[in-house]
Formats: sequence, C-alpha cells, structure tokens
Amino acid sequence: MQARGVRTVSFYGLTWAMPMVLWQLVFFVFPLCFLLALTFWLVRNYRMVPGFDTVNWVKMYSRGYFWDAFGFTFTMALLSTAVTSILAFPCACALAFRTSPAVRRWAMFFLIIPFFTSYLVRAYSWQIFLGDTGVINGLLSAVGVGPWPMLNTRFGTLIGYLTLSLPLVVVLQLFSLASVDRNLVEAAWNLGCGRLKAVFVVIVPLAKVGLIIAATFCFILSFGDFVSPYYLGGSKPPTLSILIVDTTKSGQQWPRAAVVAVTMIATLFAVAFTAVALAYRRRA
Amino acid sequence: MSAERATAWFLRGYVVVVFAFVFAPIAASFVFSFNSDRFPTLPLGHFTLHWYETIFNDPDVWEAFANSAIVSACTAVIATFIGFCTAYTDYRFRFFGKSAYLGLALLPPTIPLVIMGLAMLALLSRIGMSGRLDSIIVAHVVLCSPFAMAVIRLRLAQMDPSLEAAAWNLGASEWQAMGAVILPFTAPAIVAALCLTAAVSFDEFAVAWFVSGLNKTVPVIILEILQGNVDPQINAIGSIVFITSMTLVVVAQILIMTKAPRRA
Repeated sequence: MQARGVRTVSFYGLTWAMPMVLWQLVFFVFPLCFLLALTFWLVRNYRMVPGFDTVNWVKMYSRGYFWDAFGFTFTMALLSTAVTSILAFPCACALAFRTSPAVRRWAMFFLIIPFFTSYLVRAYSWQIFLGDTGVINGLLSAVGVGPWPMLNTRFGTLIGYLTLSLPLVVVLQLFSLASVDRNLVEAAWNLGCGRLKAVFVVIVPLAKVGLIIAATFCFILSFGDFVSPYYLGGSKPPTLSILIVDTTKSGQQWPRAAVVAVTMIATLFAVAFTAVALAYRRRA
Repeated sequence: MSAERATAWFLRGYVVVVFAFVFAPIAASFVFSFNSDRFPTLPLGHFTLHWYETIFNDPDVWEAFANSAIVSACTAVIATFIGFCTAYTDYRFRFFGKSAYLGLALLPPTIPLVIMGLAMLALLSRIGMSGRLDSIIVAHVVLCSPFAMAVIRLRLAQMDPSLEAAAWNLGASEWQAMGAVILPFTAPAIVAALCLTAAVSFDEFAVAWFVSGLNKTVPVIILEILQGNVDPQINAIGSIVFITSMTLVVVAQILIMTKAPRRA
C-alpha cells in the first residue's frame, strides 16, 4: 500500500483496501471456486458426496439437449446483440450529435432509471402487449389482421432481451459517441463525404471501442438471462440458464447444474476476451 | 435542405419510439393494475382498486415487503461502505496488483445472476446458512458494491487532489483529513450509492430466489405468482415495486448530478 510514492504499507491504507478484498474473496471468488469443485462431486441416494469424478461432465456433454440448449442460447444472445446494437445506434447517434447537452443529460437520466428498475416485472408486462388477445393483437384485429402469435416465440424472447439491454446499450453507445471529435466529422463532410457515409467511415471507427463494449454487455446480459426465454419465449427450447434453474429446483442434481454454469462462465470469458481483442486491434 | 430536415425528423421520431419501447411495460403495468378485467385485453374494463385491496389483505405480501425492506437496507449500508473503501483506495493509492484489485471489485455484475444464485445456494446450504435473510444480504452486497464504488469514485474524481494534502500540511492526520475533507465532499455520492444499491437489491430476483427458502422477498413472490395463472395482482405489486425503485434511482441520480461547488 503506497501513498503517492511512499513505499510503506500503512495501517490506514490497508483499512480502506481490505474490506472489498475480504468480502469478494469469501462471498464471490470462493463460491465460484466451490461451484467448480462441485462439478466433480457425486450424487448418491439423492445426496451430494464430495469426490473427484468427471461423470457429471461426461453425462452433460454427451447429451444432445445440452448442446441444443448451448447452440440456441448462444445464437439468441448473438442475435440479441446484433439487433440491440443496430436498434440502439440511431438513437445514440441522434442524442450524441443532434441534441443540446441538457436534452442529452435528461435522456441519460431516463435511460438509467429503467436499467435499475425491476426487470422481472418489465419483462412480464410485455405479456400484456404480446398475448394472443393482448394489446397489439387487439389493435391488429380492429383493422382486420392477425392474430399473430408473439408470446412463447423467439420474437417474444428477443423483445425481453431488448427490454433488458436496450437502455444500457444506448447509454454506453452514447458515451462513446459523445467523445468522438466533431471536427473530424465536419472535416469529412467538407471533403465531400455524404452524411450517411460519414457515419460508417468516420464515426463508427472512432467510437469502435465503446460500441464493442456496449455489444459485449448486451451479449453477457442476454446469454445469462432466464426471465425472457422463460416467460416470453415459453422455454421452447430451454436456454442454458433455464437448464440451471430446472436442474437445481427439481432435485439434487446440483453438480450437473454446476457443469452448465461453469460452461457458461467459460463461454462468457471467451466472448469477452475476443471482444476486447477486437476492440483494441490495430488496423493493418 | 429537405433531405436534411427529413433525417432530423426521422431521428427525432426514432428516439421517441425507443423511449416508448423502454417505458411501455412500466406504463402498461400501472394502467392494468387499475383494470377490472382478469385478462389484459383492449378495450379496458372499468377502474378498480380490487387488485391493490387483494395484495393489501395478503399477509404474505406484507411479509415479503418487510423482508425486502430489511434486505435492501442492510445491503445498501454494507455495499456502500465497501464501495466507499474501494473507491477511496483507487483514488488515493497506487500499488502492485491494482488492476487485479479493481477487477475483483468490478467483476460481479458480469457473472449471470442464475450462476451467482446457484453458487451461493450450493455453498450456503453446505455450511447450513441457506434460506435466511442474511444469506440474501451477503450475496446482494457482492452484486451491489461495484455500483456503490462507481458512484463514489465518480465523485472523488471531481475533487481537487490537493485538498487532502492541504489538510495534512495543516496538521491533520490521515484519519482527520478523511473525516474533515473526504467524507463531507463525498457525502452526496454516499447517499446516492445507498439509494442505488437499495434499488438494485430491492429488485434482484434470481439470487434471492435461489437462496431465500421460506424468507421470500418481493421479487421472489412475484416470480412464484408468475408461475401460476394470469393474475393482475402482479401489476399491482409490480407498480408498487416500480414506484419504490424508480424513486430510489431518481434520488440517486439527482444527487449524482449536483455538481461539486466551484472553488471561489
């Protein structure tokens, strides 16, 4: 613990540094390590027994439904990332380049509120709109079309993922776009670059890091969520997080749920590292 | 320049649509919590307070709100304390392994809540601590302290670093400088962090669902009602939850936006 160049470990410094380290080691790192150990435990007579056996890994990895769930979860999370990023971008652009700082502050203000406001109820409330007799199909039937099934479909799941991550992605994109040097954009215009072309040739490359970080957060949130695929997607087919919930809640097969969990964490790390590498890659 | 104006109008409309999408579920929950029909259809039925009366007379709901209040209050205090310590350490000290230190502090929100829930459940039930309110609090502090740290760190970044050094030069000890300079300056951020972490804890359903057992919090009973039939009680409970957490987040944001007083 050094205070601005002083090479001593002080009691004062440790007092401030240690609470977080202790708490996170005991209640964050340790449970996750325990989860990893749990994947090697055995279940005998409906009770978990400590052990070191790869049977849970073999069992889970040889099941077709596990890989189906993995593929589905990964694809849906990628789709959600693409759709959310694309839908958020014009909004973030408009807020970054076409509004006064005051409007931008208020927009941030109103986007941060829902991010911290009961996602569970927000996702569920979409049933009011998406149900077969819900608001949207009600309006559609008034003009003589429909009903279109939207609940318990992939579209429903996607709406839920958007509900979860759209506000955050707009805010993160807005941050990175706001730091783009406007002089460079105007220089491109003056040199005859069209408005739309300038977006893709100047703005997107300059804001690349922030845009990729926003997309990564969207992927992480969508990949791990179980509310949208369950309540809006009808759990058909189940995602990995639904698999964890079902396996855990239905009995003592926690070691198998732990296998799914560890696989998910490994996948998220791989995706996050790839994304960071992509974000900071120098142009050839 | 009609193309330019068309673009401007398109973007304006687009932003409105995005905000409508974000707030539609919240608004719908409010509207349908006062609607007499059991199933959410248009046109609306008549105005009723029936669903609020139902939850008002349900002792389980009261108990859940009491549990949630305890959990989020305790979580807020502990998480804000830890967040403050971490933010101050980051602001004040340079040391070997600092990026690992910050990584440890900020990593928890990137782990899916289901996985945190399973890990906490597996561990806590092993040591006989599962199914209690303090097990929820312990897990929520892990999830909430990064937000507290971020809010307080932002505030510290607005502070002139020479202020603390000035206090030392005038004879204050490190502890006195903390009490006389740092704490007063970060006070708004500390209150903001308390509100924000209370809101996050109040809304968190996955970890609470895994470890709560019989001591259910509000989001946990919402989850359990959702697994049954369509029940407009959800809209009533949901509306109360929205109002609670939105109030907390709004207060937090107003405190964060108040700028540090400029030096004279």
